[in-house]
Amino acid sequence: MTEEIIIAGFGGQGVLSLGKILAYSAIMQNQEVSWMPSYGPEMRGGTANVTVILSDERISSPVLRKFDTAIILNQQSMDKFEEAVKPGGLLLYDNNGIIHPPTRKDINIYLVEAAKEAAKMGSAKTFNMVVLGAYLKIKPLVELGNVIKGLKKSLPERHHKLIPMNEKAILQGMEIVKEEHLV
Amino acid sequence: MGELRLMKGNEAIAEAFIREGVDAYYGYPITPQSEVMEYLTAERPEKRTGMVVLQAESELAAINMVYGAACTGKKVVTSSSSPGISLMQEGISYIAGSEVPCVLLNVVRGGPGLGDIQPAQSDYFQSVKGGGHGDYRQIVLAPSSVQDMYDHVALAFELAFKYRILVLIQSDGLIGQMMEKVEIGEQKKRLSDKEIKEKYDSWALTGRTPGREHNIVTSLELDQAKQEQFNIHLQNKYAEIAEKEVLYEEMEVEDADYILVAYGSSSRICRKTVNLAREKGLKVGLLRPITLWPFPEKRIAELAKRVKGMLSVEMSAGQMVEDVKLAVNGKIKVEHFGRYGGMIHTPEEVLEALETKIIGG
Repeated sequence: MTEEIIIAGFGGQGVLSLGKILAYSAIMQNQEVSWMPSYGPEMRGGTANVTVILSDERISSPVLRKFDTAIILNQQSMDKFEEAVKPGGLLLYDNNGIIHPPTRKDINIYLVEAAKEAAKMGSAKTFNMVVLGAYLKIKPLVELGNVIKGLKKSLPERHHKLIPMNEKAILQGMEIVKEEHLV
Repeated sequence: MGELRLMKGNEAIAEAFIREGVDAYYGYPITPQSEVMEYLTAERPEKRTGMVVLQAESELAAINMVYGAACTGKKVVTSSSSPGISLMQEGISYIAGSEVPCVLLNVVRGGPGLGDIQPAQSDYFQSVKGGGHGDYRQIVLAPSSVQDMYDHVALAFELAFKYRILVLIQSDGLIGQMMEKVEIGEQKKRLSDKEIKEKYDSWALTGRTPGREHNIVTSLELDQAKQEQFNIHLQNKYAEIAEKEVLYEEMEVEDADYILVAYGSSSRICRKTVNLAREKGLKVGLLRPITLWPFPEKRIAELAKRVKGMLSVEMSAGQMVEDVKLAVNGKIKVEHFGRYGGMIHTPEEVLEALETKIIGG
């Protein structure tokens, strides 16, 4: 199994930490991982994206042009990465601020209204965990138990009290994810 | 098995400095390697092992602090990125001329000049041909993963002290900034002053030893005949290193018609290119130099006898390709491909270049 993922959105949406938690979860079940952020001046308030690869084998290139999965969290990223999904691949998006929803017919498209859900839960910061839950519902590549272990590893100890709320957000994401188009 | 962590390349190498029992780190911040000192500072190594971590006032100061401290036989290291490494070249030449062992990390970024902060491999000439003055060499290690960033620290110090030479770990912004799984090793004890005196008393500044002449560590010798003899000694040492310390890794070369030669992050991209090419029925292999100096020239010459062509892939306008061509010596076609100035080629672009420049060319 090799899963090549791009997660893209605004800086501050938790794009990089979503990738990090996913990567840590995969390490918890002994998989190989790579996490390659776009970094540089464009990160300040602009778009942020990270390429995450999970695999049972040694990972080759951390830099990719095509992806099995694109998790898209703003319009700029939709414009850039809808085309980068491999035929038959997965596009998961949050429609908050999306003017032009995805139109491709050769990929599987799912919607998660994570921004709305996070606001309803009273914690905008759990937004990225709602998205993670939606992704794991579609592709259960890592077990929830390992995600919790991954959260413990990637969060500083003073934030461990937030883990139950994050877990709830993941379960909520699993609940609300919707199919929009299947190949 | 050691502890597994998810770390950036820059964090992994900083942790390795502490675990290797390094005595001192002197540095000056620059993107994309600032996490090295940030991590070291946050870890409080002065409490963990007694290691000194000092932010110098400039790169010039940092390399001269390294020079001074390394004269005492201590394990000393610095890190920087391309423009900062250029500033250090005077000190590097002096270190070579004094045969002082130490380790330096270059997390290469796009150039020339201040350039940008994105990954590049355009410092190859500076690293392997000598950015400073005089007939000197340094061992250059090229990590291609976060695990390599960790593991190369122990290797670098072993080689540095075995040959009393500067070892440069040449990484880039991609390996520095990306996170991968790392297995962390045991904490090594720092050597005591007494242990250092026992091991390195023949050359290091370890204080007075009854019955021995003063040790003098210097790069100055105004008697030209003596300076020539010293240079011959250096050249003999470099010849021994070139004979014994070449390291490289291969992927699918056994039946290959074409070989990609690439190090560091480019070698990672090329691993994927090899897979893409094999899916298309093209017999492509990869040779990844781990030591950029000494260069695996013998192995490349051997492969040139039985393959049809080689593509040297580097995030530069074409630097390592000169060494590949020297090793191949005109026997087969050799070309260069690479994006540069901070741009990174994709596996597909490398395959396209292989098809147009080598296979179809």
